[in-house]
Amino acid sequence: MTARATGERTLRGRVAVVGIGETDYYRHGASPDSEFKLALKAILAACNDAGLDPREIDGFSSYSDDRSDAARLAAALGVRRLSTTTMQWGGGGGGCCAAVANAAASIVAGLADCVVVFRSLAQGQYGRFGQAGGIGTISGERAYLMPYGVLAPPQRFAMRVRRYMHEHGVRQEAMQAIALASYHHAQSNPRAVMFGKPLDPEKYNASRWIAEPFHLFDCCMENDGAAAIILVPEGRAGDFRNKPAYILGAATGAGYRSGTIPHNSPQYASASFGTLAPALYRMARISPAEVDVVQSYENFTGGVVMALAEHGFFKPEEANDFLVLDNLIAPSGRLPLNTSGGNLAECYMHGFELVIEAVRQIRGQSVNQVTRNDVAMVIGGPMVTPASNLLLGSGATL
Amino acid sequence: MSDTPRATYLPEGLPIPVPENDGLSAPYWAGLQQNRLLVQCCPHCATWQFGPEWLCHHCHSFDVEWTEIEPRGRIFSWERVWSPSHDALRGRGPYLAVLVELPHAGHVRMVGNLLGDPLQTINIGTDVQGVFEHHHDSMPRYSLLHWQTTG
Repeated sequence: MTARATGERTLRGRVAVVGIGETDYYRHGASPDSEFKLALKAILAACNDAGLDPREIDGFSSYSDDRSDAARLAAALGVRRLSTTTMQWGGGGGGCCAAVANAAASIVAGLADCVVVFRSLAQGQYGRFGQAGGIGTISGERAYLMPYGVLAPPQRFAMRVRRYMHEHGVRQEAMQAIALASYHHAQSNPRAVMFGKPLDPEKYNASRWIAEPFHLFDCCMENDGAAAIILVPEGRAGDFRNKPAYILGAATGAGYRSGTIPHNSPQYASASFGTLAPALYRMARISPAEVDVVQSYENFTGGVVMALAEHGFFKPEEANDFLVLDNLIAPSGRLPLNTSGGNLAECYMHGFELVIEAVRQIRGQSVNQVTRNDVAMVIGGPMVTPASNLLLGSGATL
Repeated sequence: MSDTPRATYLPEGLPIPVPENDGLSAPYWAGLQQNRLLVQCCPHCATWQFGPEWLCHHCHSFDVEWTEIEPRGRIFSWERVWSPSHDALRGRGPYLAVLVELPHAGHVRMVGNLLGDPLQTINIGTDVQGVFEHHHDSMPRYSLLHWQTTG
């Protein structure tokens, strides 16, 4: 019996990704285009990929307070009828899957028919995340942190990862393996900012500390660019050029008082997926063993360790054994991870490049294509609140 | 507890903490300037909470009271920062930040700097004592709470 017939509240199989698009990816500050122009380029690329007239878009969804305003985008593109405009609360990449879920929910609820989900970033135009200058006085959460030199993201997350390492005996080598996997995959990806710049354990170990326990290569890049996908109802999925990737499930949020500042979350040594991972698997009717490939947001490698454990791929105490390079690489490692190079080595597009890579894997178009490619997971924004996750599947999974 | 022997642990020029426009945390920041550590406690259900909020997260009473506690605790986590992410910190690294839990106040946690050798070995669970650091010449004036090991 179909979900529709039972009245089950779910996204499973109801919405398809039919277009993906991205701009060139640049080092931070190096984009020749403005942030808004990057957004337009990515959206048009996604429409072209789908074979869709951009004027048929009727909804926009984004996250992290994206500055490319939906009303302006609709006007610029000549959208005939604007329906949904949704912005996911929360910063960083915590919303990269939630923005997809919000768009899909709009479609399932009948609020929109063709929604673009996107992220655009031009740090030369608007400033970097990794530097905190020009602030005179500060209040709220950052007042308890910044005067102590806990300013930028590496400093904000290092203590959470240190605590996790302490509680579960996780070693530096587990984090190193995640960096190595991203760089390994980026060497086959001409789009990757770190294409042609391989990483090995010696280079990782010799790299400077940013904030212990993070070496340079444990930290994401900062980049300019934009990325977008097109969502339509399942019934229209066959009308476009490429093989559809169906949404199997999604979840967003965090556990009890996860957002308690400053650093007072009850489950401190956590990536915030304790409640989300079970919800995702439940909606998708998938178990961890059935996941073929994972894109897991790397703000910092330590967050990936936590996120993968919380999604049931291994127990925290098994992290040192599981997280070795051979297990994490395409085409046939135990759990191919971040197969485009991700935030560490492809592009820091706040995780939206991970969503696009998951679609490529389902289509069979990745430069690091995995052998089994019916179920692809994306995990957004470990250690932030709200976080989010997403499972995509081929038609065979429905 | 005493004032820190040197001027300040980190150089001047970092963002200055001030209460929010609605004044929620004003008692906390005012307390630090008087060498007093104030944390919210609910008089109805004895729940501690930090950072502050307008109501008790447990029983939803709005009568949460700022309560003075001893500035002592134990290291819950730590980081050694090497890469400056603010102009005021160029050439200052490394420095230590610690997350301290206060078992006598519902295990609330606070971030501060750990005084002493920035290259010292740090063990999670180590007892620490609070040290107030006053920035009297700052505009506006403010005070911070740092930590040092007692072992």
